[in-house]
Amino acid sequence: MDKTTALPIDPAAANAAGASGRGRAAERRGMAVIPYRESRLKGIAQSLALPVIVLIVWEIAGRAGLIMSGILPYPSLVAQGWWTWAFGENVMGLNAYAGTWAENAFNSFERVAKGYVVAILIGVPVGVIIGWSKLAARIVDPTIQSMRPIPITAWLPFSIALFGIRDFGAIFLIALGAFYPIVVNATHGARDVSTNLIRAAAMMGANRRQMLFRVVFPSALPAIFTGMRIGLGIAWTAVIVAEMVAVKSGLGYVLWDAYYVGRMDIVIADMVSIGILGFMSDWLIVQLQNYCLKWKQQR
Amino acid sequence: MSILNAIEVAGVEKIYGGSVHALSNVDFHVADNEFAVLLGPSGCGKSTLLNLIAGFEDVTDGDVRVFGTPVAAPGPDRAVVFQEAALFPWLSVIDNVTFGPRMQGRSAAEYMPVAEEFLRLVGLQDFYDKLPSQLSGGMKQRVGIARALVMNPRVLLMDEPFGALDAQTRLSMQELLLRVWDTHKKTVLFITHDIDEAILLADTVYVMSARPGRIAVKIPIELPRPRGVDLLTDDTFNELRREIMGHIRTGATIQQAA
Repeated sequence: MDKTTALPIDPAAANAAGASGRGRAAERRGMAVIPYRESRLKGIAQSLALPVIVLIVWEIAGRAGLIMSGILPYPSLVAQGWWTWAFGENVMGLNAYAGTWAENAFNSFERVAKGYVVAILIGVPVGVIIGWSKLAARIVDPTIQSMRPIPITAWLPFSIALFGIRDFGAIFLIALGAFYPIVVNATHGARDVSTNLIRAAAMMGANRRQMLFRVVFPSALPAIFTGMRIGLGIAWTAVIVAEMVAVKSGLGYVLWDAYYVGRMDIVIADMVSIGILGFMSDWLIVQLQNYCLKWKQQR
Repeated sequence: MSILNAIEVAGVEKIYGGSVHALSNVDFHVADNEFAVLLGPSGCGKSTLLNLIAGFEDVTDGDVRVFGTPVAAPGPDRAVVFQEAALFPWLSVIDNVTFGPRMQGRSAAEYMPVAEEFLRLVGLQDFYDKLPSQLSGGMKQRVGIARALVMNPRVLLMDEPFGALDAQTRLSMQELLLRVWDTHKKTVLFITHDIDEAILLADTVYVMSARPGRIAVKIPIELPRPRGVDLLTDDTFNELRREIMGHIRTGATIQQAA
């Protein structure tokens, strides 16, 4: 009571709040009492407001000729271009992009998937072993740490020289980019295993192999997933960069190609496509994470 | 002596980093099926001593033997109950309890009936599939005790197992431990800084003094068994309490003088 009345707000509302809770006070201020479901919908509406307004303003400004649609086509033009890109027919070779969206999206997705799986297959075991064995850490860790500051984009010429304009160059770049966060986080996870859990397993007779698979690996799993999510973001960056330069298909290739021929509607549709695919693949990893780390959430 | 001591600690020194003298010339032994309690203030090296017997750490000098065999590494003959239970958070109660036998490659037919018996004994028969995060502190500790007993260890080492529990839970856990110990006789080395707990549980209390850690005095507790928490208000109990407090105070005075 003291706390409520000490606040510098409308005294009538404060008294009401003290007497019968927040709901009544809100009513007296002329507000509806909002049930949970409604307030959640309200939350969604609030988060959608800004992008919707931006799109509307952009559309109106574009149609009014305030923005040059050749440089920044307004949303409905982008939607049209995207529709043709996705479902259109390439009549007499006039629209080279028509109907190629799914194919290009799949190309990019496939490269990310391949490179990412390679990064996990190498990064997780290497990271866990570095974190677990001091000897492995001394042998491998300095090399990894000294290579890590080189951005994956800087590897591009090297990768083309080595693998040519082929899929393998892109996959190499993706795998390398995703490898670093995975290996570093797996290392930390394995290094931070609680001493007591190690001791508990040791006194129960676990040998080194059992210790690694039954204690260190599950302990490191949350950190491994953190690394995998960061790695996935880098994998998408890498695929776009690689396709822009080193391959002749995929969303990154279309992005750069469309820019060259001045198809800004395709450029924007392409950017949004990459965003959606990135979001969806992250969602998949989160589902896998929730499944594997059930023990972390249950209370 | 014809019968081997369960635990034999002789002339043990433990020095950390060349300068911190954690244990100095520690000598004591625990007989087979004896319940021994190491009692002392925090920082007196009692946990260090337990870690040496468990094989988690190496002695700087001296000899630690369990049933005549020098301790070299941790092993299932010396089960440990930790203060924070140290259960595997990704394993269910039953998987935590059977972890030891599974690591040792025993068959489920062999260990499952034993695991079920011990879970019943600690009152967790309805919690098989629960995860450690779904259990209270006292329940976690009961899983820790069941997990240790399932291995049928020769020695049970308990490192302030009830130290982090509230007073009520602590009392019920002490009763539980007394009951378990009455039905399944074991050699136990139990560490605590709680005088009541020490007297209630022990056959023998070893009072430790700190810096460097050493055994100050050995006090046999000749209270009849089976014991219960009602003993805490007993006259004999209070006499023992006074005696031990006297030793602790003298220990403290010696330290201050030194």
